[in-house]
Amino acid sequence: MLRYTLKRLLSLCISLAVASLVIFFVIEVAPGDPATFMLGINAQPDTLAALRAELGLDVPKWQRYLSWIGGLLTGDFGTSYTYRTPVAQMIADRLWVSLPLAIYALTLSTVIAFPTGIYAASRRGKAGDTAVMGATQLGVAIPNFWFAMMLVLLFAINLRWFSAGGFVGWDNGLGAGLWSLTLPAISLALPQAAILSRVMRSALLDVLGEDFMRTARAKGLTRGQALWRHGLRNAMIPVLTIIGLQFSFLLAGAIIIEQVFYLPGLGRLVFQSISARDLIVVESVVMLLVFAVIMVNFAVDLAYALVDPRLRSRT
Amino acid sequence: MSLLSVQNLTMGIHNHPVLRDVTFEVARGEVVAITGESGSGKSMTAFSVMGLMPDGSHATGRIMLDDTDLLTRTEAQMCALRGNAIGMVFQEPMTALNPVKNIGDQVAETILIHGAGTRAEAMKTAAETLTRVGLPQDRFPLGRFPHELSGGQRQRVVIAMAIALRPALLIADEPTTALDVTTQAQILKLLAKLAREDDMGLLMITHDLAVVSEMADRIVVMQHGEIVEQGDTAHLLRNMRHPYTKLLFAASTHQVDLPTRKSDASLLKVDGVSRDYRTPRKTLFGAPGTFRAVDNVSFDIKKGERLGLVGESGCGKSTLTRAILGLEDVQSGTITLNGAPVFSAGKANLAVRRNMQVVFQDPYGSFNPRHRVSRLITEPFYLLDDPPKGQARTDLIAETLEAVGLSAADADKYPHQFSGGQRQRIAIARALIIRPEIIVFDEAVSALDVSVRAQILDLLADLCRQYDLTYLFISHDLSVVRTVTDRVLVMQSGQIVEHGATEQVFSNPQHPYTQTLIAAAPSLPDLTDMTDEATAHAQSPLV
Repeated sequence: MLRYTLKRLLSLCISLAVASLVIFFVIEVAPGDPATFMLGINAQPDTLAALRAELGLDVPKWQRYLSWIGGLLTGDFGTSYTYRTPVAQMIADRLWVSLPLAIYALTLSTVIAFPTGIYAASRRGKAGDTAVMGATQLGVAIPNFWFAMMLVLLFAINLRWFSAGGFVGWDNGLGAGLWSLTLPAISLALPQAAILSRVMRSALLDVLGEDFMRTARAKGLTRGQALWRHGLRNAMIPVLTIIGLQFSFLLAGAIIIEQVFYLPGLGRLVFQSISARDLIVVESVVMLLVFAVIMVNFAVDLAYALVDPRLRSRT
Repeated sequence: MSLLSVQNLTMGIHNHPVLRDVTFEVARGEVVAITGESGSGKSMTAFSVMGLMPDGSHATGRIMLDDTDLLTRTEAQMCALRGNAIGMVFQEPMTALNPVKNIGDQVAETILIHGAGTRAEAMKTAAETLTRVGLPQDRFPLGRFPHELSGGQRQRVVIAMAIALRPALLIADEPTTALDVTTQAQILKLLAKLAREDDMGLLMITHDLAVVSEMADRIVVMQHGEIVEQGDTAHLLRNMRHPYTKLLFAASTHQVDLPTRKSDASLLKVDGVSRDYRTPRKTLFGAPGTFRAVDNVSFDIKKGERLGLVGESGCGKSTLTRAILGLEDVQSGTITLNGAPVFSAGKANLAVRRNMQVVFQDPYGSFNPRHRVSRLITEPFYLLDDPPKGQARTDLIAETLEAVGLSAADADKYPHQFSGGQRQRIAIARALIIRPEIIVFDEAVSALDVSVRAQILDLLADLCRQYDLTYLFISHDLSVVRTVTDRVLVMQSGQIVEHGATEQVFSNPQHPYTQTLIAAAPSLPDLTDMTDEATAHAQSPLV
């Protein structure tokens, strides 16, 4: 297990280094001058020169890369060109919305998907299974922004249980904060839950056909016991993979939902800084997201090993 | 009174009849073997007793375990009996255990699920049971995972799970079919010993008549869901009445008549071949280790010669085959066909490859199910510079299909329309169609029923007469190798430990490993003019 973890850690470091190089070179070195790009073609030459100096474009590329990495490691992400505030501060503010939202949505999706997936698998081919499969089909098909608007219409405008948008901030207490994230989390979670429960069902059905399930039944386990004790853990590998992918997506991919609920999240930050051509922010946020995705994958790899002893001994 | 009494059991799945009027008994301490070919209903009989029939099945008749009719039990009552009063052992030890739970937990689960003790007591019983089946705690602690054990060891774990609560009846469904002969002998011995010690009824399901005749007190022969004959082993072997029983026994000792070899020219030459595999690094930055799968192997095959290669799993047979077929390079040594290397410049040598074809074990998995037979068997044409076209192609397809005992009309069918034996004929047709100089048969008859196997072996002998076939016949089945080869190589741990004329090696093995192999292989007693005592003696070695 230790060797497995070390090996995963090594591959994590390599991935991060490669990702940082790719991001840096794509954004900074790819054809065109970042300063010109940021200011547009009608920029004044002196403004351009000032920005070039501010961005440090007058020093060699490798030096810029090192100072960028050094900055990232020490928490200095540079200063936003458009907002004139430290990027680190901006990201931190947004992260306090996006990260809880992602965790909230993922928890909801898992809590919904596991029981429905298990239920559908245990009722394979029967009415319950058909109902679940139909509902998840619908869940996958419905666009989440439309669903979000329906939620707003029903719960915010008609029933007035929630506010229609915005985030109250964590200063008002955990409950209030979570309450204002509930509608966005539900609208993010439902399509994810639909996908996850389908994955859960098919992974379980694959496992149910395995020889060791028959062995379990021959020991005297009921269908249900066999499914819980032997089926579930073996079905976890594909499910964990999907959960990992969904978390990465939720962290940055919630742009549309953030827009619908007017939430100050990372997705909107990326969107806004791309529109404003604020490369400093884009670069840092992208790196942060890459970091998050790689960390999630690392966590998923460790979870695989916890679930499956064969991965622990193999390296 | 008997322990298990199956009376007039008739079963169907979705109105498709599977078992008809099956009646037999198993007494305490008795070994009863149900035998028959695939589809005979022997496994379904076992699953009926366990109450683990597929969905949509309906059974009538009675299955009495002592005084209880199992067919009238509810599912919950059956759960209480399974693992407790009846234990079951399965065919595939590699997949019969849950890969993510350790063996201690899996054995203890049998005890815990029936509430037969606390967790600590269950673990203690699990340890005792594992020791009892030959997995002592000092070498196989409870924390071992299935993937850390060999096939034979895993089968012992499955047996431990089945007997942990000392059931009155143990059902073993093809318990040794997936195992090597020496392992098979040990497992059979273990099962016989456990049945005797616990005075347990043992119901064996097996297609292997040699195993049956060595193990069973009584034999039940099934065909198409019906029992065609049953009786005491000694008596039944001597007085077979039903034609199917006779056919089965004749097929499993089937001898073919190979034509004599005409030429003495060397065809395939394997010279000092070694093949290494990399093993995982021991430390994070250490050099990877190597595993020598084939170690300095040399032999040659003459034109028209039938060479056998036997050995147990992991001995390097498959690696050697891959090297001969030019699928992988070797670390040292040369393999040449008519003097030309099979592997050159980093890939298989096409000029040589078109003179070699192969027939694999699995007649189901080795065809693309979406292609018609005509396309499947003409695949080797891609190896030719100028493949036959138009009428010549159609004629060649028809001729080849007829040569392997199929008809020209079969060319337009899909593989699923054929039985296992017919598919293996198609595989042979595919190998034969470009008239290769040598064909490699890699366990080509191992998945087939005995009667079908006998037909395929006859086909091979026919083709030898017709086309002067040269082949390398790789198999773990000694009796088959004995009848279809002129010369045999015995392989162990990557090395050829013995080679010689087949009959000589089998009748007078020199190397200890060959002796072990031949001794471990179950064999049918000679059934011609045999007295009751002689038969009884012949079936005794395991008891």
